[in-house]
Amino acid sequence: MNLQQHNVSENNFEQCIKCTVCTVYCPVAAVNPAYPGPKQAGPDEERLRLKKPYFYDEALKYCINCKRCEVACPSNVKIGDIIQLARIKYSKKKPTLRDFMLANTDLMGSLSTPLAPLVNATLGLKPVKAVLDGVLKIDHRRSFPKYAFGTFESWYKKQAEKQLAFSQQVSYFHGCYVNYNYPQLGKDLVRVMNALGIGVQLLRKEKCCGVALISNGFIDQARKQAELNVDSIREAVVEKNRPVIATSSTCTFTIRDEYPHLLGIANADVRDRVELATRYIYRLLSQGGGKLTFRKDKKIRVAYHTPCHMEKLGWSYYSIELLKRIPNVEVVVLDSQCCGIAGTYGFKKENYATSQGIGQNLFQQIEAAGVDCVVTDCETCKWQIEMSTSKHCEHPISIFAQMLLCE
Amino acid sequence: MIESYDVIVIGGGATGAGVVRDCVRRGIRVLLIERFDISTGATGRNHGLLHSGARYAVTDAESAEECIKENMILRRIASHCVEETDGLFLSLPEDDLSFQSKFVEACRHAGIRADVIDPKEALLLEPSANPDIIGAVRVPDGAVDPFRLTASNIIDAKAHGAEVLTYHEVTGFIREQNRIVGVKVLEHKTKEVKSYYASIVVNAGGIWGHDIARMVGVTINMLPAKGALLIFGHRVNQMVLNRCRKPADADILVPGDTISLIGTTSSKVPFEEVDRMLVTSAEVDLLLREGEKLAPVLAQTRILRAYAGVRPLVASDDDPSGRSVSRGIVLLDHAVRDGLEGFITITGGKLMTYRLMAEWTTDLICRKLNVSAACTTAVEKLPGSREAVEEIGKKMISVPLAQRNSTIYRHGDLAEKLAENTVSEYSLVCECEEVSVGEVKYALNELDVHNLVDLRRRTRVGMGTCQGELCACRAAGLMSSMHKYCTKRAKEDLASFLNERWKGMAPIAWGDTLRESEYMSWVYRGVCGLEWSQKQEE
Repeated sequence: MNLQQHNVSENNFEQCIKCTVCTVYCPVAAVNPAYPGPKQAGPDEERLRLKKPYFYDEALKYCINCKRCEVACPSNVKIGDIIQLARIKYSKKKPTLRDFMLANTDLMGSLSTPLAPLVNATLGLKPVKAVLDGVLKIDHRRSFPKYAFGTFESWYKKQAEKQLAFSQQVSYFHGCYVNYNYPQLGKDLVRVMNALGIGVQLLRKEKCCGVALISNGFIDQARKQAELNVDSIREAVVEKNRPVIATSSTCTFTIRDEYPHLLGIANADVRDRVELATRYIYRLLSQGGGKLTFRKDKKIRVAYHTPCHMEKLGWSYYSIELLKRIPNVEVVVLDSQCCGIAGTYGFKKENYATSQGIGQNLFQQIEAAGVDCVVTDCETCKWQIEMSTSKHCEHPISIFAQMLLCE
Repeated sequence: MIESYDVIVIGGGATGAGVVRDCVRRGIRVLLIERFDISTGATGRNHGLLHSGARYAVTDAESAEECIKENMILRRIASHCVEETDGLFLSLPEDDLSFQSKFVEACRHAGIRADVIDPKEALLLEPSANPDIIGAVRVPDGAVDPFRLTASNIIDAKAHGAEVLTYHEVTGFIREQNRIVGVKVLEHKTKEVKSYYASIVVNAGGIWGHDIARMVGVTINMLPAKGALLIFGHRVNQMVLNRCRKPADADILVPGDTISLIGTTSSKVPFEEVDRMLVTSAEVDLLLREGEKLAPVLAQTRILRAYAGVRPLVASDDDPSGRSVSRGIVLLDHAVRDGLEGFITITGGKLMTYRLMAEWTTDLICRKLNVSAACTTAVEKLPGSREAVEEIGKKMISVPLAQRNSTIYRHGDLAEKLAENTVSEYSLVCECEEVSVGEVKYALNELDVHNLVDLRRRTRVGMGTCQGELCACRAAGLMSSMHKYCTKRAKEDLASFLNERWKGMAPIAWGDTLRESEYMSWVYRGVCGLEWSQKQEE
């Protein structure tokens, strides 16, 4: 008889049996020897950090938080969380002005959208890129996502009344990308949901999910924004009984998992009601709800790329199956591998080589796939793929919208 | 050729190593003979507690005073083996709080600093402590690594000309009338028996000293008392935790390097069993049950292994627990006691007082040999403790961080030898404890390593959570490639090492430890084709 039989340690790293499969699946360790790899940076060094904090290695900043190590782990060790929490707890590196600019997607978006044509043109100029590279250490080879002239939220205001006409409603967490860079995706979502007979509402208040703040070390701010988002989500889910859907896999993953794991924000009461639009629609259609008619005059062949956080969520299935339901859309499923950009990571000069090195395999596979475009649920994967391959990249919801028969 | 010395010391524990160092520093020609490896007996099988003496203050004032004096000396001379953590004596609701004032007074009387602190403050200092505590006293306890301490004494002794023979077993004595003049020694590797002569033979064999003395017809009434301990997978506490009550079972939790240790039990064992100490499930349960009272988190913490040592207590009465026996130093001049010249036994005492035991022994030797040199071991720093670790860190800046910090923690200023390592030598042999190829090479070249278990004692290879799963085969491969042994012997050693690791895991084989050992077994047997029976020794 032993006294410990039914107890599980809070120190999750103790479940590691050193099989090292996490390091095999780590996209960074494969291309950047400066990164110790998830096994060492996670469970191994966590044990050392518990001995003395001086074992914290700043090389942990090379972790892109893709969580592929966690997916690979047969022992259920939260390797990615261990590494991110160690960065939060021990890192002494202060974020730079560049990190501040990259992390504050809301602020930069609000400043840029009113002047979008000017900002976009300027950011594309060689001398500007040289200055960004030299002064801010944002790599000159990186192309910037374009800012939209006018936000999604301002467009939505004009639609709000029309949306109220639907008897069934969902709340939409649009995220910074839809709001500031690509309102078209939000418009596509509204169109698809409306075609399904569902109205789209925005949350009472929405801030950036905070993923870039977390990865750049602005934890207090991330926590504040997360609290605000969870309050808004709670209001929609609990008070109005409206599920929350999103189009960004990373925002969804951050709200569902990173909030409780990294920021200590309780969301258990609402977590299951926050999901990706593709999953929501897949389930709706599977249960016989909603009828859609698609156009027959257009035929496309697309390649689906599984973003890392989609892999972690285990939800790429829904996006892929949904695409397959569209007549005249042929879907090629690419190997699930990291594209290398990892949000703001790939923008940083010091990470550019790693970022492109990680994505190399994926880029080659895309070029060889003979497709019209790539489809993915993550906006930063889209930037990376569009910058690094000859293909255009779309969200599954946009493909859906394009293939819908115009009413 | 006759091999002759002034002094032969039998036993490579901390005491034997200390005697050899003290002797050679006073100009005495000395040989150390050890049956297995250094620190294989009680030296390597205890808490690694740098006692402040507080534990003994109430019951044994003499031991307490010795402890605090040696404690302060070791901090100075063996800084790389010592971690100055301080300790807390906790009173739980079930404990008598009135013991606390008696305890504090006894500590102060013995010269041990003892500060009564508020339980809330104690919990801030040591968050793992039981939140129900009603009292706490802070004392200058610490952690000491007995392997490093012994190894460092040996390094210094050898540097001054001492000779050390490990895996050499004393099988008999050479006697001329009433005088011991030498020993007959069996070399384990070659099975050769050789004779070594000396004016004085010192018996520093710990509990085995009983049998050594018996070889010359001298009886020492020793009382083998088994003490079992559990090693937890990581460092749970940063300060030593004790119970503020009369010494009892499982009331000390020590942070030692990467892990924490709870102990001990105390039970009398027959002499026939001292070479086969197995931890029973009753002992494991007791250690856990009591340990949880000090730090409740132990109930959920992975246990790495269990082990037991034998205290070489010298019985003064018939106490069956072996606990009220004095922990005092016993130095026997058999010329006076038994009329046998040239033979001295040093026993009793404890790891904490090894240096003082060595000093007393060497003083006696000097009187017998008419040597006037004074003892310097209380002031001369041990190799590894002579330079500030910060300075060593600067010299090793190119070594990867975790590896650098681990190596310096283990070897102190001697880690500097690894500063010139090449990139391939940065490769890790042991990933849990950050032992590099370079560190293993250093140990193989300079630290009397004959097999994987010896290597473990010098470097912590195989002491981490994987218990040899990843490192053992790499280390065996390195030993083989450096011609320490042939491939066949490497395989035998590998099997033997893994079996030795399993021995410590068996008593606590459940949960993740069991899962990991199954995985290890699959890797070695299934993938590498190693057979456990490749080991037929012991």
